[in-house]
Amino acid sequence: MSIELDIHRFQYLSIICSILFIFFIIESIRRERITEAYSLLWLFMGGLFLFFSIWREGLNVFSTLIGIAYPPAALFVILIVSIILILIQFSIVITNQSKNVRNLTQEIGILKTLLEEKGQKQ
Amino acid sequence: MKILIVVPAYNESENIVGVIDSLRAVNPEWDIVVINDCSTDNTASLVDSTNKATVISLPCNLGIGGAVQTGFKYAKAKNYDIVVKFDGDGQHISTEINKILTPILSNESDVVIGSRFLEVHDGFKSTFLRLIGIKIFSIVNSFLIHQKITDNTSGFRAYNRRAIDFLHIHYPSFDYPEPEEVILLGKNGFRLKEIFTEMQQRLGGRSSITGLKSIYYMIKVLLAVCIVAIRGKTPHYQRHDS
Repeated sequence: MSIELDIHRFQYLSIICSILFIFFIIESIRRERITEAYSLLWLFMGGLFLFFSIWREGLNVFSTLIGIAYPPAALFVILIVSIILILIQFSIVITNQSKNVRNLTQEIGILKTLLEEKGQKQ
Repeated sequence: MKILIVVPAYNESENIVGVIDSLRAVNPEWDIVVINDCSTDNTASLVDSTNKATVISLPCNLGIGGAVQTGFKYAKAKNYDIVVKFDGDGQHISTEINKILTPILSNESDVVIGSRFLEVHDGFKSTFLRLIGIKIFSIVNSFLIHQKITDNTSGFRAYNRRAIDFLHIHYPSFDYPEPEEVILLGKNGFRLKEIFTEMQQRLGGRSSITGLKSIYYMIKVLLAVCIVAIRGKTPHYQRHDS
């Protein structure tokens, strides 16, 4: 007994997964677990998945365009580039955070000392 | 002229009291602020017990750059005219401070660097590897700011009000900020001057830069220096000529 391979089945699956992914991101923004600014790249990624799930030929067109013989490989290229972009964004966010932490740490240290100085004068 | 001596200190309980006493011995008029960079030993309480210096205790460890910047912010808040950066490990010699203060007081320079290498002497000896590193910094930095600076890693420096105004915002946040600071100041049109000063080997404790770490340090600092050079003049900074 053999099961007939239905390639449409995977298409349906990937459309559903992409929609779930986008829904998950939007829900996270709604619950304020992710700020809009940091979620843009994730939404963009979800949109890209949905786009290529619906328009399967698109992947062929895209891979021919950039000279990849095997279309699924183009999918990996898109994935990896997206992930790298998101990681770079994380580095930027982390840098900003540490700048803020540094400033706050310095301010707290100085304020503590100034407060003590004031207390001693009185 | 209000003068503030900024002493960054991380776990310097062995040296810090001696450092403060030596500073006081030279000039009791100087205010001393010790930036305790979240030490795990009793550096802060030792400084407090001397009653001769103010302590700023940072709640997180920021590294030398962040600690020194705190000193500049404090100097700015308390309206000091001159800041002298003086290491908490006993490497710098307090009687040499007047040498690096002179060009600041005469308004000849904005920043004065106490240099170990301007003259041949036998006070300070360094490891071979470190001397090579220092030479590389000297070549790179001298090229980038068109001014020969022999001792870029020296932390013994004096700053006037113009430099305080700039550095309390833009001080390099890197772990080892000294070479980067030279480029930053040079590129922003500050008048730098090197003066020969004696320095000592560390009296106690251990240096933070050893072995493999020193190579990492070199690469990191050279990268930072090049980036600062590419960036050129710091944006949003107008030089206030007084």
